[in-house]
Amino acid sequence: MTASVLTGPRKPRPQANGLTTGKLPRFFELYALVASLLVVAGVFALMGFNVVGWLVVTAIVYLLAIGVFSAIVENRRKATDRVIRGLVIVAFLLAFIPLISTLGTVVIRGASSMNLSFITQSTHTAFDPATLKVTVTQGALQSIVGTLEITGIATLMSVPIGLLTSIYLVEYAQPTQWMARTVTILVDVMTGIPSIVAGLFAFSLFTLIVGPKAFSGFSASVALSVLMIPIVVRSSEEMLKLVSSELREASYALGVTKFRTITRIVLPTAIAGLITGIMLAIARVIGETAPIFIAASFTNNFNANPFNGPQSSLAVQAYANYKFPGTDIPASVDSAWGAALLLVLLVVILNLIARIVARVFAPKGLR
Amino acid sequence: MLIMVILAAVAIFLIVQSLPAIVANWQTGDLAGGTTAGNTSFWGYVLPLVWGTIFVSAIALVIGAPIAIGIALFISHYAPRRLAGILGYLVDLLAAVPSVVFGLWGIFVIRPFLLPLEHWLNANLGWFPPFGGAASSTGSTILAGAVVLAVMILPIITAISREIFLQTPRLHEEAALALGATKWELIRLAVFPYARSGVVSAILLGLGRALGETMAIALIISPSLIFSLLVLTDTQNSQTIAANLALNFPESNTLQRQALIGTGLMLFVISLAVNFAARSIIARTGPGAGGKKRKKDSQAKVGIVLVPGETPIFVADTALSATDPGSPGDRAVRERKS
Repeated sequence: MTASVLTGPRKPRPQANGLTTGKLPRFFELYALVASLLVVAGVFALMGFNVVGWLVVTAIVYLLAIGVFSAIVENRRKATDRVIRGLVIVAFLLAFIPLISTLGTVVIRGASSMNLSFITQSTHTAFDPATLKVTVTQGALQSIVGTLEITGIATLMSVPIGLLTSIYLVEYAQPTQWMARTVTILVDVMTGIPSIVAGLFAFSLFTLIVGPKAFSGFSASVALSVLMIPIVVRSSEEMLKLVSSELREASYALGVTKFRTITRIVLPTAIAGLITGIMLAIARVIGETAPIFIAASFTNNFNANPFNGPQSSLAVQAYANYKFPGTDIPASVDSAWGAALLLVLLVVILNLIARIVARVFAPKGLR
Repeated sequence: MLIMVILAAVAIFLIVQSLPAIVANWQTGDLAGGTTAGNTSFWGYVLPLVWGTIFVSAIALVIGAPIAIGIALFISHYAPRRLAGILGYLVDLLAAVPSVVFGLWGIFVIRPFLLPLEHWLNANLGWFPPFGGAASSTGSTILAGAVVLAVMILPIITAISREIFLQTPRLHEEAALALGATKWELIRLAVFPYARSGVVSAILLGLGRALGETMAIALIISPSLIFSLLVLTDTQNSQTIAANLALNFPESNTLQRQALIGTGLMLFVISLAVNFAARSIIARTGPGAGGKKRKKDSQAKVGIVLVPGETPIFVADTALSATDPGSPGDRAVRERKS
């Protein structure tokens, strides 16, 4: 400071002192990154170029360089700090590769089999008597209908149960009561049920009731409900807890009964969160393959009756068409990708609806 | 309550349906042929499957857990506050992708992608038992399956660890900084001790998810019913319970189906055990060795994460805490008020 006063109005230059010496320049990490990218690119250009190898080796060279330079100019503690920062960023970038790669692959491969007839027709075979050829047309209508029916019925069953359980937990039970604690623990445990076990449960249940060939869409809905109920309970519970207790107390102070307080005050205040949670629960179970595959089996025939006979769903179609393809293997695989793309689109749409609902209703209430 | 009935019903129906196969004679009759051929008893059939399930999940965990914790650290302590919410949402998006899509992706992208690496490992590190054996030519290996599984458990571990990292008491962090700690030292001294038990239970929950995962494994690994340590072969891969179920269920007769349901029962028991272990760690220790009050708060917080795991509700919550961290005390007060 004194220096700048003595030398006039010029901007003071940073003085060398104990706090600024022994530090790498400000953007050193950026320079080091660019330098190692270029160096490794040069080396690879001599040996034959390979994008993955280039990025991997760059990451290693960068981490080594930053560590060594920092250890020389600064000290070991700072060197460790910089290397760890690099590692954390690398880990983060690694997570994006599968995300982008998965979505990209599904869209590119699925788009090739996507057309109007794929969506509006079910898979069927046509026999041409003149040429004695059997042609199979791949379609997804049977799976679209199956997916919507199975998931719809599952939603109808699990939303009331889940919602009532969460209302019980938040509004009626004391947190220390053994019943409330047991329910909470069991809900936690239910979130951990492997999805295929839920499918087996539904299959066993219906085998006992209707006999050995117990495949039906309804059975799959039961399996999905087992998976969906805990999700609905937990998300609704959190949403109901967010309703401020002042609102409830104000209502009680006016002499309103508990039931009316819940239906008129608590639920309307939390409605946006509740709907969002339910939407996300649906998005979660709609992509389940294993339980539907076990409980509703698989079929290429169009079957709109969820209570009788095998039903297909998009996820199951994607799995079965790849693993147990028909005679025309490329067409089956294409149809698997088509079904996968439709499924991803459905999930994305449900997620978007959930976000829009959350945004539209959010300002209501005192949150 | 209905919940208890359902959970009990799941266990009871599985036991009832699988009992005939467990006590049946495996040398003759239906079980001596088809997919269950060549076993002397139910346990001879199920134990290799149990081994395969645990083996593949463990490898997935070894690959996935460090990366997931890295991501969680990045979002909670390295990323700019404004970006953190969006980044968290993108990672959660991974969880929204259906597992069958991951399976197809694994076949068409990961298998060929890993093939050169697998050959290299087999040629140069073949003396290390898991990398030995005849190298795969198609890529349908345990390693490929485990990599896809690792991707699938990333979001759940990341979501829970991130939430716990964000709960580190501000005062602990500031105290560490005031002592001149670098960012890494801050994380090691203040964040990790506070979050340790939470992260362990997050990893266990990830393990629970990996154990029950069916489709990715069923699609990618070409299996056989053996105990095997090899991760790079086509022909000597251990099979997992869930994938075995999915592959053999359609073509089995009644008794074989009951045997398969028996293996499902084993899977149920294993994943229940893992989940209970995770919960009891959360319940017993809770993040931070502090007083009772904080323990209670963090338990509640973990609860929020567990289910939505990948939901925007939960993300909105993160975004909130990311943009307006406040002190943990403030947040606790705010929560209790609302």
